[in-house]
Order: sequence, then structure tokens, then C-alpha cells
Amino acid sequence: MKVLAAMSGGVDSAVAAARAVEAGHDVTGVHLALSRMPGLFRSGSRGCCTVEDSLDARRAAGLLGIPFYVWDFSAQFTEAVVDDFVAEYAAGRTPNPCMRCNERIKFAALLDRALELGFDAVATGHYANVEWAADGTPELHRASAWAKDQSYVLGVLTTDQLRHAIFPLGDTPSKDLVRAEAERRGLSVANKPDSHDICFIPEGDTRDWLADRIDMEPGEIVDTDGQVIGQHDGALAYTVGQRKGLNLGVPAADGRPRFVVTVKPATNQVVVGSRADLDIVEIAGARFSWAGNDPVISGIAETTDGGFTAFDCEVQIRAHADPVPAIAENIDGEIVVRPNVPLSGVATGQTAVLYVGTRVLGQFTIDRTVGANVLV
Amino acid sequence: MPYFDFAATAPMPAAVIDAWTEAVHQRGNASATHRDGQKSRLVWEAGRDKIAAAIGAAPFDVTLTGSGTEAINLAIKGLFEGRNGPRAGRSTDSPLAFPRILLTRAEHQAALDAVHWLEKSEGAIVEFVRVDEWGTIDLGDLAAKLGPDVALVTALWTNNEVGTIQPVAEIVAAAAVHDVPVHLDAVATLGYTVIDFRTSGLAALSISAHKVGGPVGVGALAVARTAPIVPMIHGGSQQRLRSGSLDAAGVFAAGCAVEIATADIAAKAARLKSLRDRLADGILAKVPNATIRGHREHRSPGNVHVTVPGLESASALFLLDEAGFAVSAGSACEAGVEAPSHVLLAMGLSEKDGPLRFTLGLSNTEDEIDALLDVLPSIVARTTR
Repeated sequence: MKVLAAMSGGVDSAVAAARAVEAGHDVTGVHLALSRMPGLFRSGSRGCCTVEDSLDARRAAGLLGIPFYVWDFSAQFTEAVVDDFVAEYAAGRTPNPCMRCNERIKFAALLDRALELGFDAVATGHYANVEWAADGTPELHRASAWAKDQSYVLGVLTTDQLRHAIFPLGDTPSKDLVRAEAERRGLSVANKPDSHDICFIPEGDTRDWLADRIDMEPGEIVDTDGQVIGQHDGALAYTVGQRKGLNLGVPAADGRPRFVVTVKPATNQVVVGSRADLDIVEIAGARFSWAGNDPVISGIAETTDGGFTAFDCEVQIRAHADPVPAIAENIDGEIVVRPNVPLSGVATGQTAVLYVGTRVLGQFTIDRTVGANVLV
Repeated sequence: MPYFDFAATAPMPAAVIDAWTEAVHQRGNASATHRDGQKSRLVWEAGRDKIAAAIGAAPFDVTLTGSGTEAINLAIKGLFEGRNGPRAGRSTDSPLAFPRILLTRAEHQAALDAVHWLEKSEGAIVEFVRVDEWGTIDLGDLAAKLGPDVALVTALWTNNEVGTIQPVAEIVAAAAVHDVPVHLDAVATLGYTVIDFRTSGLAALSISAHKVGGPVGVGALAVARTAPIVPMIHGGSQQRLRSGSLDAAGVFAAGCAVEIATADIAAKAARLKSLRDRLADGILAKVPNATIRGHREHRSPGNVHVTVPGLESASALFLLDEAGFAVSAGSACEAGVEAPSHVLLAMGLSEKDGPLRFTLGLSNTEDEIDALLDVLPSIVARTTR
């Protein structure tokens, strides 16, 4: 196959590209420039923020003997990921920019271009597996090693996107083995530190970064009875489940820690409550997609008038959260999921990924939640 | 693989490789007092003589640098500091208390970023002179902006992207009215247009060896003896305006390359123009919506710059590369991104105008150009939205 290997400059994507070469594919490396260079007189210049990463990727490609290019996706990235991130926060939701990037950039803008230019697939360094159903439809599965599994952030991929996705690291038991392999292959990025932060927030301080981009108005922090118990500098910088940084002078009546349970953009209020107030017994959303065959074709649900019947699955609401057994159904076009045990700290805007065994069934964006406690 | 990226770097002729590898056998630091050092010095001097002769300058007025970019930085920063003195020491009643620098937005990155640094660090006031849709400097705007408080004017003689040749005599004459020193970046001019520094009226002029088949790592700045300029790299004072050990073999090779490149420029330019026009005419005939950018007459003989609305340059370059044609989008930054050029934006184009730059050399053939014209229309069609 003609494979386009997306190379971030990190160790995972370098080893993934190496394995694609070794598997006999005709591989070309590409580094995505995702941000513009600020501050100089050359208003047009762009994509140069990640010079070192691009040079690391270039060097790895050189070692592998594959052609390498840097492609500028900064305009698409800004619009689809960065602006979306700000808009979601401004609406009081908590987005996952890495998922958006996979959905709109790596397996959309990049994949589209790759297919146009004659490539068959895009390879990345994600830890996940693609398997094939009996009818030839691709399925997304968790990586063999649970600890490194990244299938959650790929849960947004559709069947067509999966058809052209290759994850060469999917069955590697540990990151240490990938680093050792990089070392053995002579890749200079073998010991490069992992990246954890949101790539477009260089200082890693999301709250400060957002404050520069969203009009933050001081407002009230209230408890679940509506009593004002503090002030904030801007409700939109708060995340559901957040405990630190509330600066509440008055201790809770029961002396237990308090958490952000809701952010209300309309009234610019942050609602805090007990840990129990974070418990969510139902999540739902109308924006969903299936990674491979949908539940009906997969034979685990039956079509109803407005959706499909309930089925057993597991739901995961964050990249590194444990999956929770749940029952999901489609009621009039809305996916409704009831976990067997309450989920804690769920914010609207987050993505819920549904699993059956190791298979990623699909995902939806959480539009509404139902708490165990009724809140004002 | 047909090579159409001579403006990025030109391949080194065999004679230059021979000269370089021969010269590198000479041991001894060219500034050492012993005879080995003296011999190295002569090698270096011989190289500088050739470079100076090729641009009509006296050897002593040519400072060798590590790159064209360094030469440009030395010119701009050195002239600015030499004329104004350090920021702290400037007398507030001097006309140059708040010195201005004039340039266009279509300059090379080396000039733009050096001037940007002077603005940030040395209190320079930067004013941009308009360029027209061909990339030619607006002389009226230049004259209007010139004044006794202008520290320097810097301009590209030949635009590295779109190939437009500036009216340099008029620029120099306009600046001379106010005794303002002018620096020209002649990196893309050397070997294509006759340069005579001595009669040019310029304060400084930069060139680079690898653009004409010399080694990467050798640039040069010619400086008028009367120009107020100070060095930017300090140390052993091996040259008046630049410290650092003298690269005897590199400079000798550079001299040989420059000598070859500037011999018989008229015949060479005529040959390049015929190749250039064959390519440009072919593109206009075969590629829908293609526009040739840069000035039609006052342009580098080896430059064909084309834009197509909606063209994704990076994709087109990939397919051209895959098909065996080495082409550029005009300028690439350090990370290797084909930038939507600041030059095109300065000329009033939009980011939607996808550029391709073909820069030709004497080793190109009609057959290569015809082969390019065979694949280009379908590649552009495939990569245009």
C-alpha cells in the first residue's frame, strides 16, 4: 500500500512509520504544521512554531529512507480545533481537542489530501487496533496494552476513516518497548519526553490561555441551594469536577471538600457541591457516530421507530478514565446511556465512547446529564 | 531528475569542486605568521579577488561572511549602529535620535527579520514602502518617506521569489538626496545581471556563493569605504568587519564559482530567457487560470513564478517531486513549510493564490521543460480546489 505516515517528531509516530516501512508499504512521511509563527513582519509566514519537532520528524524519516514533507494545516487546525475549543468553553462545555484533531484534521483534512494524492492509508503512532468484521467492515479496538490504549481519542473515527487508518503500534505491550525499538533502530527521538499537554497551549495553563480569549466576567460561586458562597473571575475557566482553585472562604457545612458541579454561562455562575453531587446516572447526546458497523448491524440492538433498543456496553468519558458497564439505547435520535454505577464529574461537551469488549462501538458528545441528586 | 530550483541553490560545477578540494590541501591558518599560514592567506585572497572583480569592488571592500543571510544582517545592523550609535548614547537633538529604516514588505526574510530585531532591540522605527502588483518598489512612496532621519534603505535588487528586478539606480539616487545609505541584497542578482559596485552609489551589497554553484557557507558583503558601519561578530579581527578564522578553501571555491557564473552574463541570460519564456508561455497555454507573477520585463532571466487560484502548493509540489521534478513554492521557512508568501501578500495577492516557482539554470534543456509541461496541467488540476 501507499501509506502516508503522520510524524509528529515524537517516538511513537517515528516507530509507527518504521514499522509501516518494514511491513513492506511504500511510505512517505509528513509532519503537520499546526500553528503560525507570530510576531515578525512576515504576515504570511506560518507553521514554524514546531521547528524542533519537524526537524526531529525529518531526521527520523531520513533514517528510514522515506520521502518527507511538512504540510501546513494551521488554518484548518485553528478553525476546527482551537476556535472550537474556545467556543466550547465559552458555552460552558469541556471539549477534548485531541479528539477534534483526530476527527477533523488527521483523519479528515490530512486523510482527504492523502487519498487525493494517491495514498491508500494514513498511519499514526496511536495505540489502537483496526480489525475487520466478517462483512469486511473495519472495527476499532483497544490496544493490546490497556495502559497505553488510545482508542478513546480515536472513537470519533467513522467507518470510512477507519478503512484508511493504520496503527502500527496497536499490539505493542508497552511504551518502553517502543522506546527500546527506537533506540535499536537508531532513531534519535528514542528518549524524547512524552507530550501530555494540549499542544496549542504552550505554557500548559489552560485557564490563563482561555482568559486571553474569552471575556471573563467576575461572578458568583453558589452552592447547590443557590446560596452565594464565593466569587470567581470568570465562570468559563472552571471545569466540572474541579476541586482546587475555588478559594472559598467559608467551609462546607459538613466540612467535606467541595467540587464544581455545574458551570452556568447564562447566569455566569459556578455551582459547587459535594462529591455526591457530581454523581451522574444518565448521559445523553444527539451528535454520535459509529466506528464500524452500528449496533443494529452488529447484532446487539434492534431497530425501533425512532432509534434502536437498549444493549449492554461499557462507557468511557475521558481518555484515561476506567470504562463503566452501562446500558445504551437510541431514543428518537438521542443516545441515552445509563451507567451501572454513577459516573463522577461529567461535563457537557465531553465525549462518551461506547465499548463492547475491546471494540469501540462509537461515540457521542454529551449534551445533557442527569444527576443522582437533583440540583437547582 | 530535472532541477528547477536554482534559486534555492545551484549545483556546484566540476571545476569548482576541483578547485575546492585542491585548495583544502593547503594547511595553515590564513592569519598565522608562518609560511603555511601565508600560503593559506594567498588562497583566501585569490578567492576574494575573484569575488571582488566579479562585482566591481575593490578586494579590501569585500567582507567574507558565513552566508548571504549573515552579510545582510551585517549590512543592516552594522550600518544602523554605525550611523546612529547605540540607542542609549543617541543625542536627542540629532536628526537621527529616532532613526527610521525604509524597506518594502517584499524583502527577503533575512532583511525583514534583521530589521524587526532592530525595531525591538535598538529603537529603530520601521516604515514600509509600497510595492505594486508586480513587486516593484513605488519610487514616489520611497521619495515621500525619505528624509534626513532615515538611517538606511534596504532592498532586494532581484526578488528571490517572483524575480522582479528593482530600479536600483533610482532608489540610490532618491536616497542620495538625503545622504541615506542604501544596502542591496543582490543574492539573486549575482550571475544574472552585471553588478558594478564601485559606480553603484551603494553603501553595501550582499551576495551568496552557493546560489551560483559555490559552497554553502560563503557569503560576502561589499561595503563602500565611506559607509558608516561597525562589525557585528567580534573576535580576532581577521577582517575589518568580521572576526572568525578565514575559510581559505571555501572562499577560493566561491571565487571560482562566482567567476564562472559572471563570465559572459549577456549570453547566459539570453539562453535562460529563451528557456524561461518557453516554460512561461507553455504554462499560460496549458494551465487554466495561471498567472505569471513578477514584472514581465524587469525580471530575472531564470525565474518563472506562477500562481493559480485555489492551488494547494504543498500538494502540487509533492506530486511534482514524485514525478521527478524539483520545484519550489517560492520560499520555505526553517520547518520546511511552503509559506504563503509575504511577498505575494505585499503584492496584493491573497493566500488563496497558490504559488509555484521554477528557477532555471544553464543545465536545463528544452526537453526538460517540455516534460514538465506535460505533467504540470494535470497536477495543478488535481491539487486545485
